[in-house]
Amino acid sequence: MSAWLLIAALGATTYALRATGPLTAGTLRLPAWIDALLPYVMPAVLAGLVVTATFATGDRLVLGERALGLGVAVLALALRAPVLAVVVVAAATTGLARALG
Amino acid sequence: MPPVTGIDRTVATIALAVLAFGISFGVLARAAGLDAAQAIAMSAIVFAGSAQFAAVAALDGGASALSAALAGIALNSRYLPLGIVVGRSLGGGAARRAFDAHLVIDESVALATDEAARVDEPRFRTVGLTLLTGWLAGTTAGALGAGLIGDPADLGLDAAFPALFLALIWPRLRVERGARRAALAGAALAGIGVIVLPVGLGVVVATAGAAAAWQAGGRPHPATAPDPAEEAGP
Repeated sequence: MSAWLLIAALGATTYALRATGPLTAGTLRLPAWIDALLPYVMPAVLAGLVVTATFATGDRLVLGERALGLGVAVLALALRAPVLAVVVVAAATTGLARALG
Repeated sequence: MPPVTGIDRTVATIALAVLAFGISFGVLARAAGLDAAQAIAMSAIVFAGSAQFAAVAALDGGASALSAALAGIALNSRYLPLGIVVGRSLGGGAARRAFDAHLVIDESVALATDEAARVDEPRFRTVGLTLLTGWLAGTTAGALGAGLIGDPADLGLDAAFPALFLALIWPRLRVERGARRAALAGAALAGIGVIVLPVGLGVVVATAGAAAAWQAGGRPHPATAPDPAEEAGP
């Protein structure tokens, strides 16, 4: 039962967060400084997700197998590899490091 | 047949990654005590991977449904500014916009938005629907086949998403000083957040990293702007 309550509460709130922009566009007036910063929300958020998904273990930052995978991904990106190759080498590196470790 | 472009390949990559991620979620949701119907319904209604993982883990750890929901809501707070970015470029009536709102997710916004925060509407919808389909298919496979699938971490699947997210912002990081500043600040804030905020919520403060781009020059110099073909990788 509590799982259904969780799904309803999280689902309704998430939808409200997503829909505020699309449903108020044209009527929503934002201060100029927020307007100027909106294009930069995406890189800030995604870079934050990269850090938490790569280094967070509980409440600590850990250099582990995932960090190794991300390092190889950075190398692949610097060599202009296609996105699929970047993702696959990152996962393969991390999986391999775990198998060997 | 239209030629396969870099964007098409990137969308296909994301579809595969989200399918694998969905399988992981299905397996972990079952392990955390949800039944298959709950796992699938959650992916259809919430449609936000990181928040779903966090909320289910909290529930499994003994949190009440409402505090588990709060963890997910905090993570999803980024959809408010992302929704505002998307909302400005969407056409159509209220019903169409209400539907499009459900497709506001990191990957669809990242792939469909240019450096001036304009959103390519058909691309946004294509990526969003592709993601939703892959996420639901993956969750279903994972939730129903949980007994057959081992630990998704053995395959390194948890490293696929940070790599994908980095690949999505990489073209902008190469050419835009403002985007680089925002990304560095978002990364640093999230790192601090991991240490000082409740477990799983570190990324909540990353949005504020956008402020670091203040007066960094809002647009890339025309001569250094990425060409669309290159933007999605060679």
